[in-house]
Amino acid sequence: MSKDDFILAAEELHKSYRMGSTQVKVLKGVDLAIKKGEFVAIVGASGSGKSTLLHILGALDRPNKGVVTFEKRDLSRFSSGELNKFRNKTIGFVFQFYHLLDELSVLENVYLPAMTGRSVIGWFACRKWAKNRARELLAQLGLAERARHKPYQLSGGERQRVAIGRALMNEPTLLLADEPTGNLDSAAGNGILEVLERLNRAGQTVVMVTHDERIAQRAGRIVTLVDGRIEHRHTK
Amino acid sequence: MYKIILPTRYLVKRRITYFAVIAVCLCVFIVLVVMTVMAGLVDEFKQKNHQFAGDCVVGTKSLVGFAYYEDLLEMLERADFIEGVSPVIKGYALLRQRGLEGNARVEIMGIDPIRHGRTTGFGETLDDHRDDVSRVFEPAYDPNLPGCVLGADLKLDLDTRRGYTYRTGPDQIAYSIICLPLTAKGALAQAGTDMVETKTFYYSDNSRTGLPRVDGSLVYLPFEQAQQLCTAGSVKRVNAIHIKFKPQVGLEEGCAKVASLWESFKQKQSGGEQAYLLETVTVQSWKGYRRESIAPMEQEQTVMSVMFGFVAITTVFIVMVVFYMIISHKSKDIGILKSVGVSNFGIIELFSGFAFLVGLTGSSLGLLSGWVFLVEINRIEKWLFERFGFQLWDRTIYAIGDIPNRVELKVVVAILLSAIVACLVGALVPSWQAARQRPAAILQVNQL
Repeated sequence: MSKDDFILAAEELHKSYRMGSTQVKVLKGVDLAIKKGEFVAIVGASGSGKSTLLHILGALDRPNKGVVTFEKRDLSRFSSGELNKFRNKTIGFVFQFYHLLDELSVLENVYLPAMTGRSVIGWFACRKWAKNRARELLAQLGLAERARHKPYQLSGGERQRVAIGRALMNEPTLLLADEPTGNLDSAAGNGILEVLERLNRAGQTVVMVTHDERIAQRAGRIVTLVDGRIEHRHTK
Repeated sequence: MYKIILPTRYLVKRRITYFAVIAVCLCVFIVLVVMTVMAGLVDEFKQKNHQFAGDCVVGTKSLVGFAYYEDLLEMLERADFIEGVSPVIKGYALLRQRGLEGNARVEIMGIDPIRHGRTTGFGETLDDHRDDVSRVFEPAYDPNLPGCVLGADLKLDLDTRRGYTYRTGPDQIAYSIICLPLTAKGALAQAGTDMVETKTFYYSDNSRTGLPRVDGSLVYLPFEQAQQLCTAGSVKRVNAIHIKFKPQVGLEEGCAKVASLWESFKQKQSGGEQAYLLETVTVQSWKGYRRESIAPMEQEQTVMSVMFGFVAITTVFIVMVVFYMIISHKSKDIGILKSVGVSNFGIIELFSGFAFLVGLTGSSLGLLSGWVFLVEINRIEKWLFERFGFQLWDRTIYAIGDIPNRVELKVVVAILLSAIVACLVGALVPSWQAARQRPAAILQVNQL
């Protein structure tokens, strides 16, 4: 596979955090490339740096060293406006703890990225489309009846599906999921994985972080992160 | 659009924001009530001083006064910007009420009632002669007797000493006024000359200017008789000429014109025997003339404004504390919003919008409740007085009628804008700090 086939590539990523007086090295030279349409699982023990890697890939954090390129463009050269646009349009994030806004309804949470990416006038011009798209996504995720509910009125699995709906709202190139089933029972978790698989089958590129090998098996490719380095790559 | 929806939801659904709204509401309420009452009192006081003095005063502080005033009066009356002029004699005297022991030290003011009524608000201060100022020195019981008008508080004081309270009708009370006439050189007039030092007057009316010092010590006398009591010598003198400008003439413009007339008058009289007396004369607007009375009140108003500046700072601080609390509760939201592409500026705008709503809601509630309170303030005070004997100002000491409660639109707008700005300032630092947070740091599991 040539380098040109990858939409996202990370080279020699290093990341460390200061914890009190000590510097904790989380990533110690990670190389990773994601091909369009892939379903990649990043596996590793707690503290191995998987979430940090995912945050860097999604431009929620910056590496101390190394380069992340998206469609051959170096993310570190993006202006802050370009980074915001990148997070809004190109990336869809799904978090372990769902991270929905309590003040908004399920429907509003789903179309939030469409709202934040536009001015008030721009929003008024497209709000019909956005609401329809959000309703469509909720229907696909089996939450059509829950559109007017508040997040706290939903179960964990339902909330995570809402979070997936929000992540898909702007039709992102890349879906990044950080332990999407980590807070769910096995039935609900299984439902979420089925959704991710279905999306991937439809062409969606998915990168998922998990500590559970069995869950990782559902992905097309597994990358194992040990002590801040990629140790093992496995393709189905 | 999220910058409108989210702040509105935060405002409605987060109980902690109610504290910020209440803090702003209370501050706005206090500022509106105190500023309205205080500004009302100061304006009323200034108005009373304006009524007392007219628009402009050509006068001297010297008790000797100045001569050749008739020529000046003629000159002023000819001027097209002047509506009225009133020459005034001023002096100090002892007042003795017939039948009472002892004297009261008073100020006397000799006036021509018609001219003075046309120039100042004198007519409106009278109890019984509002409609006909010309007869103010004619006692009701005998118009042929020489009358005098007593400051209302002076009359009250004398009546109380005599054993009865405020006048119930026209009383035939005689007052002896003892004065020390001065020569043009400022010396006491020699006994045995044509000087008059004691005269008897009969009570003819009260004057209520609403100015405590005036009402408590001033006795108005007919001009010629006061002149006889206060001045000795062949050349007649006055202490001041009060002037009223025509309605379209501005105060400064009018005073400048009078000053120019005065200069030419002084030039013309420079060769006169008593021209030296003109050197002490000044031309002042009513504000300058009554400065000694007005300045402390204005100073008090300034002190109050400074104090309310501190109230505003406190509001900013309260709002800042509340916003720190709100934003620390909302850090997850900030992380979520940043993860979906909201910029730092967008976060600041979001919380600024929230601060704006807190300011607008709090100040609207404060203004509304303050306005309702002010509308009812006199009724509330009356109720408190009837029920508990409590009065905000003791009316036997302070010359205040109703508590001023007219709410000025410009004051309302200024308070509203200040409250909103205070909230925006209070929210700025926490918003800015929130905007600078890294989304990854906020959304890390161990930070939740």
